[in-house]
Order: sequence, then structure tokens, then C-alpha cells
Amino acid sequence: MAQMTMIQAITDALRCELKDDENVLVFGEDVGVNGGVFRATEGLQKEFGVDRVFDTPLAESGIGGLAVGLAMTGFRPVPEIQFFGFVFEVMDSISGQLARMRFRTGGSFNAPVTIRSPFGGGVHTPEMHADSLELLMTSTPGVKVVIPSTPYDAKGLLISSIRDNDPVVFLEHMKLYRSFRGEVPEESYTIPLGKADVKREGTDISIIAYGAMVHEALKAAEELEKEGKSAEVIDLRTVQPLDIETLIASVEKTGRAMVVQEAQKQAGIAANVVAEITERAILSLDAPVLRVTAPDTVYPFSQAETVWLPNYKDVLATAKKVLEF
Amino acid sequence: MAESKDNRFDPVNVLHEIEEKFEMVQVLDEEGNVVNEDLMPDLSDEQLVELMSRMVYTRILDQRSISLNRQGRLGFYAPTAGQEASQLASQFALEKEDFILPGYRDVPQIVWHGLPLYQAFLFSRGHFMGNQIPEGVNVFPPQIIIGAQYIQAAGVAMGFQKKGQKAVAVTYTGDGGSSQGDFYEGLNFAGAYKVPAIFFVQNNQFAISTPRSLQTAAKTIAQKGIAAGLPSILVDGMDALAVYAVTKEARERAVAGEGPTFIEALCYRYGPHTMAGDDPTRYRTSETDSEWEKRDPLIRFRNFLTNKGLWTEEKENEVIERAKEEIKEAVKKADAAPKQKVTDLINIMYEENPYNLDEQKAYYTEKESN
Repeated sequence: MAQMTMIQAITDALRCELKDDENVLVFGEDVGVNGGVFRATEGLQKEFGVDRVFDTPLAESGIGGLAVGLAMTGFRPVPEIQFFGFVFEVMDSISGQLARMRFRTGGSFNAPVTIRSPFGGGVHTPEMHADSLELLMTSTPGVKVVIPSTPYDAKGLLISSIRDNDPVVFLEHMKLYRSFRGEVPEESYTIPLGKADVKREGTDISIIAYGAMVHEALKAAEELEKEGKSAEVIDLRTVQPLDIETLIASVEKTGRAMVVQEAQKQAGIAANVVAEITERAILSLDAPVLRVTAPDTVYPFSQAETVWLPNYKDVLATAKKVLEF
Repeated sequence: MAESKDNRFDPVNVLHEIEEKFEMVQVLDEEGNVVNEDLMPDLSDEQLVELMSRMVYTRILDQRSISLNRQGRLGFYAPTAGQEASQLASQFALEKEDFILPGYRDVPQIVWHGLPLYQAFLFSRGHFMGNQIPEGVNVFPPQIIIGAQYIQAAGVAMGFQKKGQKAVAVTYTGDGGSSQGDFYEGLNFAGAYKVPAIFFVQNNQFAISTPRSLQTAAKTIAQKGIAAGLPSILVDGMDALAVYAVTKEARERAVAGEGPTFIEALCYRYGPHTMAGDDPTRYRTSETDSEWEKRDPLIRFRNFLTNKGLWTEEKENEVIERAKEEIKEAVKKADAAPKQKVTDLINIMYEENPYNLDEQKAYYTEKESN
């Protein structure tokens, strides 16, 4: 097995799918010769040609429309939106068109489109680059939303997303792109969408997280262990649809749960998780399900972001509240 | 006007020069006389009669749709009278393999391109089966978001290009639609990739109530194509032969690999924007209405064909009767469509439903069985 960063795993997944299915097309702003601003598509145009991996004019809505039209003619488009903060420019193509394609045509057309996009805080980007806007997508019926936290998951989930016959929004946390390496098989493999992963087993509290927050949760779990508390860390991996089975099994075991998200509190993936748990497992709970989130402000200017973003200390403090309730 | 102090550049003159280039292409004048023999399309007598029949049929369809709507037997409907030449002669220039991405007023084109009429009625009534496009019919359901179909057309055309198919993506919007960002992005993407697409604007003078003059400072909408590097044409949209000629030529260029074309057709919508309460007397005068009615596409084409001995009142009545009969049958067929269920709709969300929809389907199965 190779050691890869998350961005290498993503490139590898794209390469596998470009090789495997001639209908897969990769396109976006600067994805060709330049290999993408983060090098996610490095070398792909050279390997697969300009017909399969190509640059677009600088217009996100146009990229979305291109994906719709190509899907209608039998292709499996994998467009890149350069930063997910730019999603507002392409909201109609995603939420108004792709998400509704199967539905509004009574199944005559479907949209096997995977929209890849970097997002996430902690890397000192300008405005409108770092925002966690996944809620915009999860509140759109018709799209699946995937957010990997490790190189291994990124490759398997991206391959599954591309092969899915419905639209998937695949969000890549910028801070995780190169922050660590992990073992990634060189061959093609899939990880089913809609399946969470227990990243650490435990018995006293379930800490549910996704994206970069998985790593803060794991760090907090280590601290808790020093204090004799056993935390289970669940990585949602797919935030729409949720993996209810895994969540409920964990909560029934631990009796205590909390949810960690990088997004603002009002942008509630966490709120949805809390609702699902209370609807389905309230009698297993020994404490309220608490949330760790960013505050409900606009994403801050970069000098304030390290404080603004939730970190393992925030997770630890809230875990203690839940444990001591 | 201030004279340019520096003759090395004169942006005002550049603009005027471009604007002056856009003369309206016309084959028939308002009386149906041929004014431009050179542009006369190569259509057989049968084809000419067929095109006229479709225009008469569609005028009847419009009248019947309006009255069905008033009786509560149709839902959403956007009247089409006045736009028959723009709509039907452009579709007439296409081949079956060409793909139409319509706006919501462009139901006639997709019906003549193969969508069964009863499905158009189901669409109007808000039944999902109206949008179930039969195999081999190359159309997309009417787009509601103004301009979205323009960028999608660039994508469909790119698909044809990549697959080496000799087919064209054709999309329609109006004068209002030409103000949308997606309008320009569609033209620009199609031009940049040189894909086989035809972008058609039916400039019917009003976007609901907003007049053409408020949409843009551009003297013609046609000139907007120039900015994206597209061959662009201004055509008399009340003249079926001119519309046919320019669309046919655009199609030939597209399938020859010469890229997209932009067409502005000047026309007029006689009726309201839609049947959902729009009152054109609030924003149009009857003088303007009657001025445009004189240019009616049916009148001039009828005169032209009558002079050629190809059209008679008897023939016209025959088409009218056939239209009425077929419309009646289509309404009957739409009436017979199964009752739409929420559980059917839940089934067409995804290839495989996630847990939440499975649970909700169970709930609605129960609810709908009561």
C-alpha cells in the first residue's frame, strides 16, 4: 500500500475513474495544464487528453450548465468548483437543476454528476473560500453530500460518488489536503455512500463529527482516555443521507452523545443529527446531546479564524459537560 | 455629438458600426410578397404546406389551451399566438436527432419535435408524467429558470461534439432572458468550445410587463452574440421563411463543425404572459397590439401560399378541424392519466432511496391508502 496525502488520494481516484469509464470527464477552472489550484488534477490532462480533462471559461454557473448538458448526453461529469465559497454562482445548476433532474423528468434523465470542491477553514484564505456551506446542499433534496476526513476514505468515497447515478457534492477540506499521509491501496476500491465510520471505539460517549473536526474529536478522545473516559468517535463521511444505524447503535451503547461541526451553529448538520438521535433513541440517553460548532457569524477574516474555529479543547470541554450531566 | 479628439480610436463609432450591421433578415413582407428571392429556402411544396399547417394547428392549440385553462381543465399555460413563425419554422429546420432545450413558452416546438400532445397537457396540469420524455424524443422539459437552458445547451452540444454525433442543441429564451448572466455564459461557453448549438431569442418585446427598451442599452439583442464571438443574426420572427432560412443555415454550420450561432427573432406575443392573471392592458397599448397583428405570421404565409396556389380556405378548415379533433383526443388521454401519488414521486428522487425517504414512503403509502 502507498502512503498518500488526501490530495494525492483524490487525484488517484480521478485517475482510476478516468481509466475505468470513458464517459468520465473532469473539468473546471485551471484543472487542465495547471492541474488545479491545489493540484488535485495534476497530470490528468497529460494522461487522458484535453478531450477528457479540460479547462473552462471562468464562470461557475456555466460549469454547472455544462455538467447538466453533458449528463443528458450520456457522460459522467466530474466538474470542479474552485472553492466552495463560489457555490452561490452555481446554486441553480446544483439545487435547481441537477438535484431535480431525475424527479422532474419522471426518471427519463438522471444526473450522474460529482461536483468536487475545496472548502474549510484554518488555511488563511481570503473571504468566500473557507466557509462550510454543506447545509445549502444537504437541504436540497436530490443530492448526496460527502465529506471525507482521511486519504483512504477520500479515494474510496470519490470513486463511489463518481459511479453513483445521482448527483453528489464532494467537499474536500483544504486543511486536510496535505496535513498528513495515510495508507491508500493503489488499486480501485469503493466505500459506500451513506455509511459512517467508527474512527475510534469507546463506551462512555459518542462524539459525532465530519471533515476536519474528526481529527479534533480524535484528539479530544485521547485526552479523555488519560482521564479514564472512553470516547467513541464517529466520522459521518456522508452528511446526506446520514447513517442512522451506526449513529443509533453507538448512542445505545454509550448513552451519551455530542456532535461537532466546523460550520456555524445555525447551519445545522449537527442539529439534524441531534434531532435524529432524540427521535429514535431518547430512552437510551443519559444526558442531552450537545453541539460544538462555530459561532453564528459570517466566516471571519483570517487573523481570527484559529480562535473562531472549534478545536479539540472545545470538544473536550463539551464532552465533559455531557459526561458529567 | 462630440467629435473624437483622437482619431486613433473611437469606441462610439465602433459600437455604431456594429449596430448598423444588424439589418433584419426578411423573405416575405407583411403582405406575403417575396422581398428577398436569394434567401428563399429550398422547401418543396409539401414542406411549405406542412409548415403552414403546423402554424395554423398551433394557433388553434393556443386558442383551445386558453379556453381549457379558463374552464379549469389546464393549469400553467403561456400563450404562443404571434410567435408561430419563430417557434415552428425554427423547429422545422431541425432534424429528429437535434435536441431542443425549451423555455416555458416553447411547448409547441417540443410537441412538433415528438412530445405527445397529451403530455404537454399533463405538464400544464402539474402531473409528473408530462415531463417523462419518450425514448427517441430529443427534448428536455420546459425550463422555468430563465436562462438555465442556455448554459445546458452548451453542455448538450459539447456532448454531441465529443461523441461525434451530427446533431445540434437548440435552445430558446426571450428578450428578458437575454439579460440573464446564464444567457451570456451559455453563448460564451459554446463559442469557446465551438460546439454545435443554436441559441434562439424570441424577442416578443415584453418580459411579462417590462419592455424591451428597459432590458438593455444594446440596439439589438443579436449584437450580444458578437461579444461572445458567435455569428449572430437578426431575423423577422413573423416571417416563417426567413426564420427557417437562418435556422437551417445555422444548423448546417453547426454540424459542419463550424460552431454555434445566435439568432434574434423579432416577434410579438398577442396574449398575456401566462394565464395566471397577467393583464397586458396594464403595459401595452391596443395601438401597439394592432400594429404587430398586421405583421401576423399566418397572414403573410397564407398569402404567399395562396398566391402560389398551395393553400385554400378549404385546406385551412381541414387543418383546423383536425387540430380540434386531436386536441380533444389528447385532453381525453390526459384525463385518463393515473392519479398522481406522493409515493410515485418519492420513487423518482434517487436510483435507490435513502432511509429517510423509505420511512416517509411508508408513511405516505398509509396516508394515500385512506
